[in-house]
Amino acid sequence: MSEGTGRKAPYIIPIGPTHPALKEPVMFTFEMEGEMIRDVDFAPGQTHRGIEWMGMRRNPVQIVHLTDRICGICGVSHTFAFARAVEQIAEIEVPERADYVRTIIAEFERIQSHLLWAGVAAHELGFDSLLHLTWRVREQSMDVIENLTGNRVNYGIVQVGGVRRDIVPEQHQIIEDCLATYEGLLSKLLSLFLDDRSIALRCRDVGVLSQKDALELCTVGPTARASGVNVDLRQDYPYSAYGDLDVRTILPDQYAGETRGDVYDRIVVRLLEVGQSCGIIRQCLDEMPAGEVTAEPKIAKLLAICKKASGEAIGRVEAPRGECFHYVRMEAQEAPHSWKVKASSYSNLMSWIPMLRGEQIADIPIIVASIDPCLSCTDRVAVIRGERRDILSKEDLHRLSVEATRRLQA
Amino acid sequence: MSSLPMIPELLRQLMRKPATNLFPAKYLPPSVTEFLQSVASGKAHLTPPVETPPRFRGKIEYQKDGCIGCGLCVKVCPSHAIELLPETKRIRIWVDQCIFCSQCTDMCPKGGLRMTDEFLLATEDRYEENLIVE
Repeated sequence: MSEGTGRKAPYIIPIGPTHPALKEPVMFTFEMEGEMIRDVDFAPGQTHRGIEWMGMRRNPVQIVHLTDRICGICGVSHTFAFARAVEQIAEIEVPERADYVRTIIAEFERIQSHLLWAGVAAHELGFDSLLHLTWRVREQSMDVIENLTGNRVNYGIVQVGGVRRDIVPEQHQIIEDCLATYEGLLSKLLSLFLDDRSIALRCRDVGVLSQKDALELCTVGPTARASGVNVDLRQDYPYSAYGDLDVRTILPDQYAGETRGDVYDRIVVRLLEVGQSCGIIRQCLDEMPAGEVTAEPKIAKLLAICKKASGEAIGRVEAPRGECFHYVRMEAQEAPHSWKVKASSYSNLMSWIPMLRGEQIADIPIIVASIDPCLSCTDRVAVIRGERRDILSKEDLHRLSVEATRRLQA
Repeated sequence: MSSLPMIPELLRQLMRKPATNLFPAKYLPPSVTEFLQSVASGKAHLTPPVETPPRFRGKIEYQKDGCIGCGLCVKVCPSHAIELLPETKRIRIWVDQCIFCSQCTDMCPKGGLRMTDEFLLATEDRYEENLIVE
């Protein structure tokens, strides 16, 4: 760039709203200088579905099934948080056994979510054989979840007041087999991810989030822990069965002896948490008390209790991505007066900016994926300009793509 | 090799069978119901699907005879997939809207609703005969 010929740098690269490099729809605007990112801005709000609006027209028994569908991966965390909020308002005491069943499902969810993330991370690094390996071993946890709840993804197991299905003695063996497999696999997975030279080259000191930034941006979950922030709801604010269990935050220095807050540390934290979850499930199975699994088996009666309840409460749960937060206000009506969901990614998105500044363009996919963003859970608003409201059918999309091709050929 | 731990693992994978179970149809049919019919008549081949787990939640089965028309299932259905027909006091279930939560089968005082193992329901026509239970 010579003087007097006008400035070429910085130039702008837009990535999104849907882009092959991103697994979730979000609009990034990068201000580039050569290959280096000088500044970055992003705009979420591409996948707002209005679940809260739907919830405010339904009773709590119906809403728990909506909450299952807020996130495709955290199938139980949202339901768990919502149920806990309603239980506090309606003063329903959850039986102890139900707490344990909920905890077991929540920990299985953490295992499958972290393995899914590890596979995605490998894929973003271009290491697809590792992606396939990780996702194959993830299947076993999905099979156990399917066996326990009746479905792979939308579990539908948590209901206000307890759980809908108990864990019977015949299922203990299946769970035990799965835990044994993962405990045996963990050292291999750690070696495959952390001893690999190409992964270390791509992830060490890339996308660094300092402890100070992590604290100031209120990051949660593995993203915060990888930067050395000692936060874990299961330790700091034990809920459900976690009060009886000894859960200690996993920090990267337990493995590598130091905390750098880079992408590598985020892999360390998530993989170690898989092992931790196996331990928690095993402890839960051993200590699970006998008894009922729901405070109110009759749904009609449960509906009546919820209809009478009034007040407000928050439900907090440590989801695989961090703290998941539900606020519910009920005013003695069938539907809640208000319901607000704060998904864990909402707290983590802002950490993208310090992470991405000063990095190379090729590292964008892995840095963006490193916080395990879940935007469809996070989006609470969509901005629509103009009055157009269209539903595009398959035929419409086909016609539009044909038209676009014609335009390109013309 | 210590810096490339994936290499021995990849070599081991060469000896193994694929872990993926293929989609039941070789090419995605526009209607799975029609595809199943052509399988039954021997015109198409079906890759056997993985067995469903115990107490799987599939397509709803409705016993009309025992139904008392109380409408409790309508009240708890999260996706408004169940309609109470006023003239016959019986229900109609729109399976295209059903989210397979099984809340109605838990709720039914007469035990007239049941989740089957049937899950091959994908189609492009939301109002296909197979997707309306009454």
